[in-house]
Amino acid sequence: MEQYEGKSILRKIAMGRIFFYEKNHAIVKRERVEDSEAELDRFASARREAARELQDLYEKALKEVGESGAAIFEVHQMMLDDEDYCESVCSMIRQEKVSAAYAAAVTGDNFSQMFASMDDNYMKERAADIRDISERLVRVLHGDAADMGSLAEPVILAADDLAPSETVQLDKSKLLGFVTVHGSANSHTAILARTMNIPAVIGIPVKKEWDGKLAIIDGFTGTVIIEPNEDQILKTRAQMEEEARRANLLKKLKGQKTVTQSGREIHLYANIGGVSDTAEALANDAEGIGLFRSEFLYLESDHYPTEDEQFQVYRLVAQNMAGKKVIIRTLDIGADKNVDYFGLDAEENPALGYRAIRICLTQEEIFKTQLRALLRASAFGNISIMFPMIISVKEIVRIKELVEEVKAELRVIGTTYRDVELGVMIETPAAALISRELAKEVDFFSIGTNDLTQYTLAIDRQNPKLDPFYDAHHPAVLRLIEMTVENGHREGIWVGICGELGADMELTKRFVEMGIDELSVSPAFILPLRELIRKIH
Amino acid sequence: MKSFEYVIQDELGLHARPAGLLVKEAKQFASKINLTKDGKTVSATQLMMLMSMGAKRGATITVTVEGEDEDVACAAIEKFFRENL
Repeated sequence: MEQYEGKSILRKIAMGRIFFYEKNHAIVKRERVEDSEAELDRFASARREAARELQDLYEKALKEVGESGAAIFEVHQMMLDDEDYCESVCSMIRQEKVSAAYAAAVTGDNFSQMFASMDDNYMKERAADIRDISERLVRVLHGDAADMGSLAEPVILAADDLAPSETVQLDKSKLLGFVTVHGSANSHTAILARTMNIPAVIGIPVKKEWDGKLAIIDGFTGTVIIEPNEDQILKTRAQMEEEARRANLLKKLKGQKTVTQSGREIHLYANIGGVSDTAEALANDAEGIGLFRSEFLYLESDHYPTEDEQFQVYRLVAQNMAGKKVIIRTLDIGADKNVDYFGLDAEENPALGYRAIRICLTQEEIFKTQLRALLRASAFGNISIMFPMIISVKEIVRIKELVEEVKAELRVIGTTYRDVELGVMIETPAAALISRELAKEVDFFSIGTNDLTQYTLAIDRQNPKLDPFYDAHHPAVLRLIEMTVENGHREGIWVGICGELGADMELTKRFVEMGIDELSVSPAFILPLRELIRKIH
Repeated sequence: MKSFEYVIQDELGLHARPAGLLVKEAKQFASKINLTKDGKTVSATQLMMLMSMGAKRGATITVTVEGEDEDVACAAIEKFFRENL
């Protein structure tokens, strides 16, 4: 077993035998050719043939990977037409009496050197394009046919580097992924790999003796394992099955509504903890973000995050979700989470202590900074704001006063914002019991089942000794959820669940029957839930 | 002779694709069209030389057009720069 770490291009996993691809670096000898005119003719017809091949590749790529992936072959055709390049080849043939192949190889080297030495990463990569067209010309002049497409069984391709024309010629049904020494995340190869949806890891010291050996490439971690052990094989197989299942669901359910057989629509949103999670939310076809935990902004910082720091993050998430609902939960930390600069005292019962909205309503400036950032970001998408750990109506009344104060301040300085929906988390038995009154004050409820369960059952989930007493489906918790839904609906607001129970597929039917309007879950649960809900009557 | 100055707006600068299209465009005219950046002059029909100028976003390019159809050519090339670069 050998293991290497490289840079991953695509988050996918593949396992299979390695096919080591060695470029047919035709060794081009300096040959003397007396009949320069005939050699010039050979060069001209090689150029026409190369242009034809590139046109074919362009059309193939256009069909398989679309316009952006195909554009490179159009560029290659243009380069093949370059007057300086052609003039250089022709004058070598004429004056040095060398073969067209030799002249093309030397000219290609010279031009690619020119690009390789430029101080611009994009231009440096063009050196590979010029080598690619020169090698094409040399191959045509040597009378070799292009061949990369004839692989007997699906393989992981290992190579020093792959030219775009090589990747596109590959028979995709025979390609599981690739591993290369060179290349960059922006190279054409990487772009093509991405559009072809093939896992790829670059920056790996590929060895020729790997040819024929079993390997795993893990695009999630950038790891390449040669000759994996039994455990690794089993683990990878399980991961791949899970991935395949997800991909299948996605194919079947992407863009479909989450509706029951009787036509009731449930919104399936994603829980996220940072900007980068929006990619996974979208990849799993989330209809929105049901819970964006803003804590990370505070936990990852060594000072109170400024209004601008927060604004940038909220705006980015809103823009990434492009008009879909993004529900952002305000600061939810407490004495059990260690944030030095808050200077929180150690507490006997942190879960019952100075946390979340209690901090916000005590140190109002911290809260108002966050509200200002949220309202400013609201102009860039569809943001809603949600408040955690609510136990009384007067809290929400005060919160709304503060929101109005912040709006007034923004109006004074001429900053635009939208009238965002405000909601509360129902995560204390108190909130569930007074949900009828709370519902009169807000636009939505989101039930935080983790805390609601802990507070209702008086059980600390961190303590394994209590496991025998714990019941995730305790009727008291389900009764509180049902009560919350009923009370919310009586006052005309929507009610969702954003805790772990939301993804508990044993309860989905119960929740639908209770009339739940939304479930917000980890991105990976969205499609399985959609599949299930579409079967419920 | 006609000329104009242009500041590159494209994020990648004068990169392969627009450079290739510029060559095609320039070849339609009889006029000699040159691009100058930092004292270095390249013909608009020389693809690789155009790319090797390293004209990044923000770079100022002086374009000169000289020949029988210079009026039409200059207008067309200027339009090309605005639309593609």
